[in-house]
Amino acid sequence: MIRFIVRRLVGMVAVLFAVSVIVFVVFMVLPKQNPAQTLAGKNATPLLVKNIEAEWGFDDSLPEQYLTMMKKVFTGELVQYEPRIPVDDRIIEGIPATFSLTIGAAVIWLFFGLLLGYLSAIRAGGWLDRILTGVSIAGISIPVFLIAPVLLYFLTYKVEIFPNGQYVPFSEDPFEWANHLILPWFTLAILSIGFYSRVVRSNMLDVMNEDYVRTARAKGLSERQVMTRHVLRNSLIPVITLFGLDFGATIAGTAIITEAIYSLDGVGYYAAEAVKKFELPPIMGVALYGAFFVVLVNTLVDIVYAYLDPRVRLGESAS
Amino acid sequence: MPNGEANAERGPWSLALRRFLRNRVAVAFLALFLLIVAFVLAAPLWADHVAGTGPNQEHTVDTVTVDGEERDVVTPEGKPIGPQWFNADGKFFLGADSRLGRDEMVRLMYGGRTSLLVGISAALIATILAVVLGLLSGYFRGWTDSVIARILDTIWSLPVFLIGLSLGIALAVGGLKIGPLELSSGSLWNPILIISIFTVPYIARPIRGEVLALSEKEFVEAAIAQGAGPLRVMFGEILPNLASTIIVFFTLMIANSMLFEAGLSFLGAGVQPPNSSWGTMITVGVDLLKIQPLLAIVPGLMIMLTVLSLNIIGDALRDALDPRGKARMDAALQFEAQTGTVSTEGGAALP
Repeated sequence: MIRFIVRRLVGMVAVLFAVSVIVFVVFMVLPKQNPAQTLAGKNATPLLVKNIEAEWGFDDSLPEQYLTMMKKVFTGELVQYEPRIPVDDRIIEGIPATFSLTIGAAVIWLFFGLLLGYLSAIRAGGWLDRILTGVSIAGISIPVFLIAPVLLYFLTYKVEIFPNGQYVPFSEDPFEWANHLILPWFTLAILSIGFYSRVVRSNMLDVMNEDYVRTARAKGLSERQVMTRHVLRNSLIPVITLFGLDFGATIAGTAIITEAIYSLDGVGYYAAEAVKKFELPPIMGVALYGAFFVVLVNTLVDIVYAYLDPRVRLGESAS
Repeated sequence: MPNGEANAERGPWSLALRRFLRNRVAVAFLALFLLIVAFVLAAPLWADHVAGTGPNQEHTVDTVTVDGEERDVVTPEGKPIGPQWFNADGKFFLGADSRLGRDEMVRLMYGGRTSLLVGISAALIATILAVVLGLLSGYFRGWTDSVIARILDTIWSLPVFLIGLSLGIALAVGGLKIGPLELSSGSLWNPILIISIFTVPYIARPIRGEVLALSEKEFVEAAIAQGAGPLRVMFGEILPNLASTIIVFFTLMIANSMLFEAGLSFLGAGVQPPNSSWGTMITVGVDLLKIQPLLAIVPGLMIMLTVLSLNIIGDALRDALDPRGKARMDAALQFEAQTGTVSTEGGAALP
């Protein structure tokens, strides 16, 4: 197990290094425009561009420029120009909204995904299974940029049930916090509910054929006990891996779009606004921190998975 | 099979076609997809002969005749005209897009061209890259395989949308310059290249697994014994056996790339003006969601229908081309797992 963890951590550091190099290349090397001009924004004064050039050391060699960038990122000196605001501060301010959105959505998609998958599997082939299959496939196919406008229009503008986006901090008013987040939560969750119910269903059907399930039945456990204790529990192991990966991917993907549509003042909204204004430092910050977070989560998930399923770590050390 | 003799005369492709045509749902969605393609191809016809305006032509102060009555395309308060259906002879069929007063229907048709063009081109480039990488990696093994597999694994573990977004905006501001390759900031090649590079592992990894399995087969050994060089073996012997996998993944990748493009374009880091795509149209539409909901919902619906039909066609192709394909794919993945590159299938990684 320790060997596995060490290997995973070494792999993680390598990927993190790759991420930082990619971000560096993306912003500093690939664009044909002077990177100082790019960082300064579209309407920057020549003086600001000159200052940025000196500040970032664009006359130095590329490795030196890379070190300057990393130093700025880790010491919180990455700033957006006009107005000059540290990127870190804005990202930290956005974290509560982003995590409220993604964690809430994750709870919803896990709950409904497991429930629908479980119901489908125990009635496999029946009418309930068929209906749920249809619903899941429909859910998988709806992109967030369709579901969000539809929900927003019908449930906020047409029938005024839910408020129009915006983020209310939990500490201010827990009820309003939830009320403002319900639509964004479901927007983000619907796609995954469909996907997870499919995964849970097929995993459960696989596990049902295992010998230990037959043994459990043979020793006289009730059908319910067999299903919940043996089948469901064992079919959840792959779901955990999937969940870790998807949670990271959601934060770094669909959550940005959802925050933008519902004007939730989170990290994704900050990035989306920066994209609109062609401001690069915030995007650089969000991309780096976001990528670090995602890679970290993926590594943790791998380790948890190996802990839960010894076959993974044994397979690794054998090869 | 009662008609075994008839089957023996038919080639594998015609058998696959018959299996595909037996899948009613897939045929219906293939028809829908072709309809969408026809719809976007007809853009100039509709623009010239029905709407009488281009996708970027502004009508801020113009009027349109609806049932013999003159009406502003954009009211003095800046509210665009709503859907006219056929009341104005097809002009402003879906209304005007914003306070600029551009014809939404014309934009929808031209935007669809961009979306499909970007999706298909990106999928094509990604597939070609993936096939070459997969063949090299699976055939030569050793350090070639290690290097390629490491690169693919690294891309796989990146939050591709976030990095794609960064690259998209960096290129949209500064353009691209790598050696002789130079792209302007508004070029459609920017989103195409971004999407294709970040989606390569999705195809390259399964193809590598299949090449690994195929290169142990007797026919490869026979070819080598006859003196065929690596290129002949890879492209002459192994590649034809990958055809069905490539076709299936190519179809699915078009859908995936279109979603990627829509996500980037929606945020403003994909297709840049004056080009527009369904993704950028949603951005414009969301601002007017309260008064003209269709402006955001119709392009979203078009994306969904296109992606859904491609996904269903792709799945049906997999079943038709290779009835045992699932078993073989599992074997390939298992092979991959045994060789030390454990793969975990990413689910909803893209928007």
